[in-house]
Amino acid sequence: MNALWLIFQALIFPGFLFLTVCALVLQWLDRKLYARFQNRVGPPFVQPLADLIKLFSKESIVPKCAEQGLFRYLPYFSFAAVVTSFLSIPIYTANAVISYPGDLVIVAYLLTIPTLAIALAGWSSCTAYSIIGGIRTLSQLFAYEVPFFLALLTPALLLGTWNIAEISQRLPAFLLANPFYFLPVILAFLVGVISLQGKLERKPFDIPEAETELVAGPFTEYSGRLFGIFRLSLDMEFVVGVSLLASVFLGGATSFFGIPAILSYLIKALFIVFVLAYIKSAVARIRIDQMIRFGWRVLAPLSLLGMLLVVIFSKGGLL
Amino acid sequence: MSEHITLPIGPQHPLLKEPVHFKFTLDGERIVDVDIRLGYNHRGIEKAAEERTYVQDLYMIERICGICSHVHATNFVQATEGVLKTEVPPRALYLRVVVGELERIHSHLLWLGIAGHEIGFDTLFQVAWRDREVVQDLLELITGNRVNYGMNTIGGVRKDMDPAEIEETLKGLKVLEERTNYYAQVVQAESTFIARVSGVGPLPKDVAIVSGAVGPTARGSGVDYDVRRDLPYAAYNEIPFRVITSDLGDVLGRALVRVQETIEAIRIIRYALEHLPVGPIAVRVPRKVPVGEYFSRYEAPRGEAILYLRGNGTERPDRVKVRAPTLANLVSIRHTLLNQQLADIPIIVAAIDPCLSCTDRVVLLQQVGSHEGEILHWAEFRQRSLAKKL
Repeated sequence: MNALWLIFQALIFPGFLFLTVCALVLQWLDRKLYARFQNRVGPPFVQPLADLIKLFSKESIVPKCAEQGLFRYLPYFSFAAVVTSFLSIPIYTANAVISYPGDLVIVAYLLTIPTLAIALAGWSSCTAYSIIGGIRTLSQLFAYEVPFFLALLTPALLLGTWNIAEISQRLPAFLLANPFYFLPVILAFLVGVISLQGKLERKPFDIPEAETELVAGPFTEYSGRLFGIFRLSLDMEFVVGVSLLASVFLGGATSFFGIPAILSYLIKALFIVFVLAYIKSAVARIRIDQMIRFGWRVLAPLSLLGMLLVVIFSKGGLL
Repeated sequence: MSEHITLPIGPQHPLLKEPVHFKFTLDGERIVDVDIRLGYNHRGIEKAAEERTYVQDLYMIERICGICSHVHATNFVQATEGVLKTEVPPRALYLRVVVGELERIHSHLLWLGIAGHEIGFDTLFQVAWRDREVVQDLLELITGNRVNYGMNTIGGVRKDMDPAEIEETLKGLKVLEERTNYYAQVVQAESTFIARVSGVGPLPKDVAIVSGAVGPTARGSGVDYDVRRDLPYAAYNEIPFRVITSDLGDVLGRALVRVQETIEAIRIIRYALEHLPVGPIAVRVPRKVPVGEYFSRYEAPRGEAILYLRGNGTERPDRVKVRAPTLANLVSIRHTLLNQQLADIPIIVAAIDPCLSCTDRVVLLQQVGSHEGEILHWAEFRQRSLAKKL
């Protein structure tokens, strides 16, 4: 019975199926918000699903000179990593399906796998556009990954735990009791949101896919089902990234159970989606050198400052 | 990465909607060399013009370009009127200015949107094109068409503006002025936009002059030249206006010139409509054009467009020669691309506002010393296209 329940959780709710639905809905919401910010109508609700069905029903073309094995398996690697990482994030109760000490680090690492898969996909497809896109994906990784990790570690350091569920349960109460800590946590949250935008390769950080230069960057040679799986895994990464921020910084589904818990989680996640879509529509794409400079001169020092504040406040005995 | 990558862009690429081929040699993200190939879209309009009457030519030449169609049509009627020595009524000249400047607004707003899209600023693209609809509607109101207006005729214009249309146009201009002023602010203040265009694609003033750049490309590098002021045609000698230049010499300079020119164009139209002379809008001209030649210049939104016409006493021209502004600006583009980043290719190429179908040329390569070109007949030509490549 226990095993069956686990399989149900992994495949149906809150695992694979729920994640797929979430990914499609959030993709629609993101596109719709983006369109409305630009004074356009935007796609109908079923558009993401229709796109996915279309991609899955089409032929996957693999270039002759591509690395055959890698080219075919990379989308699945990316997909599997994202689906696994979602199980550690609390959605409908205060606890996640798979919760263990240190899962914050594991989720952060699992979320790096799609990026690596994309970069390798670019390398293995043997087109100039894909190779340059792949190089850019990797260069960009170094700019946002460190600030992203540091931002996630700020609340972990604060509470002395590396467990996502525990952080999301304890953080709100802790902050209310010690309002001084709002400063480092808000700082870390801002860095987290901006570096998530980079991680998801959205404007202004959609440098690897810059369509006017690189066609579709690493995905230039992908088509049909393989491309569909890549797209779906990126949409899922969007959901997981947003949920991760919502549960680490905003308390996730804490202090509720059942439907209110899901609602609480959804409202927080939607708030982050709104912020991300707003950033996307308000800026131009920056260049890779500007991105790296921004990552190391602004984001990384800010996230370090957040951690430093935590250390000074707690270990320095100021509070 | 010391190895050089060759990156082909075009003839089919999302960067450009028209076929042109760039072959870039890259060192990492830096451009070390670029080769430009034209000739994918040659339509042979000049030759076709010799086989049609002047009136038929007018409509064909208007279709050289979808965006600056009034430019080529006006150039053609000016050249024909020049050979005929026709006195065009002043009201017609003013109306040509009105349509020409509305076209400039529409072209510059279109460019602003494309520039936004090329640097990934899609919101600017969407809202600039939304507001471009206002000027498109005005053009439709005045001429009956959104593009290829069919406004010109040899000896004047085909359609008059009544007071209601003038009032409607002035109302539309008010909306446009407000929005364009806002874009002028965005272009000067939005930090990601500035970061992407400032210092990018440098074109020093002397290089701009030597490579024969025209229009906003030249004026963005501080070259103070505008056909409307220096060799006035239509009614420009009676209308006061400023020639916008910028000393920045980069893409930002070209963008600022275009946005300010849009505001200036609104003022020109307003002045022209308020001082519209009364009288006829066209005079009758003979079908046969005497022997003679004329060289007409026009300040198109993209720069100076030139049309040369030679009449031979029949109702068909002996020779028509068109030089669209993009051909003049393409020479400078190589200089602006060298040593720039790969990511800046789209915006640098877009900064000259390229319009390739109007500019396309066919190049015939000959053996040194030989004076024979290769002449292919249609059947042979077709055979070649069907032959399979080995």
